[in-house]
Amino acid sequence: MNFIYEPWPWYVSGPMIAFIMFLLLMVGKNFGMSANLRTMCTICGAGKKADFFKFDWKSQKWNLIVILGAVIGGFIGSQFLTVDMAVAINPETISDLNELGFNSAGKSYLPTELFEMESLRNLKTILVLGIGGLLVGFGARYAGGCTSGHAISGLSDLQIPSLIAVIGFFIGGLTMIHFIFPLIF
Amino acid sequence: MFKSEAASWFRIYEMFKFESFHMYGIIGSALVIGIIVVQSIKRFKIKSFYGENINFNSKTKSFSRYMFGGIIFGLGWALAGACPGPMFTLVGAGYVPILIVIATSIVGTFLYGLLKNKLPH
Repeated sequence: MNFIYEPWPWYVSGPMIAFIMFLLLMVGKNFGMSANLRTMCTICGAGKKADFFKFDWKSQKWNLIVILGAVIGGFIGSQFLTVDMAVAINPETISDLNELGFNSAGKSYLPTELFEMESLRNLKTILVLGIGGLLVGFGARYAGGCTSGHAISGLSDLQIPSLIAVIGFFIGGLTMIHFIFPLIF
Repeated sequence: MFKSEAASWFRIYEMFKFESFHMYGIIGSALVIGIIVVQSIKRFKIKSFYGENINFNSKTKSFSRYMFGGIIFGLGWALAGACPGPMFTLVGAGYVPILIVIATSIVGTFLYGLLKNKLPH
């Protein structure tokens, strides 16, 4: 039973993600997490500012429950099922990150330089997280979906638009890490 | 998400560096099984648990919105190291600063709603 405390390999979690998609399809829903961000805008009253947010958010309640599940899963996974939080990434990646100033690489789950409470005293940390989130939210809605909606659901349905979006995800991600990271870190 | 480390900023960075198979294995195996599931549902006209037809909404045809939106999303994904699912997993795991990412991603979604008619789709 010790394997459950170790990091789960890709061939366990990948099929589990597909199973979630299957279950959602079988109850007449679809798998897409970023749609919840739109729902949250509507709950906050964004319908008054733009028609895009005028819809009955209660019809999306089920998807908010998926999010609640993700929160609970994160809690259980981190509190009860993990002994060692360190993520064993490639040693080359670790030395790259050390050069960029991320000394927590290979020693923690998230970079402490960005995700520890004390780091929030640093304006740069807040800007990195804030701008990152802004781009994720804006981009996901502009593209009509995120990793779950396009890379999993859309591609499973062999949709060309999803393929274009996923290519875009990688153009953006590669640009950020290879060209922009050296400038900001 | 948490246990497979897909919610780890480090794994996302490593993926974009092409220095590990891990994330590609997760997305790839989910996708291979996903394709089998979706295509079987379509071919064998499998009904939902409630006996209803399962509909797949075709995405509207366009290039620019998927490419531009995708690039913007990718930039943010790599910077924040989290996409809209795992960011909530991290809340449960107790990382308070991820709330900034969530808050601004809601703001980003709101900005899209405001600018929607002015953007190329």
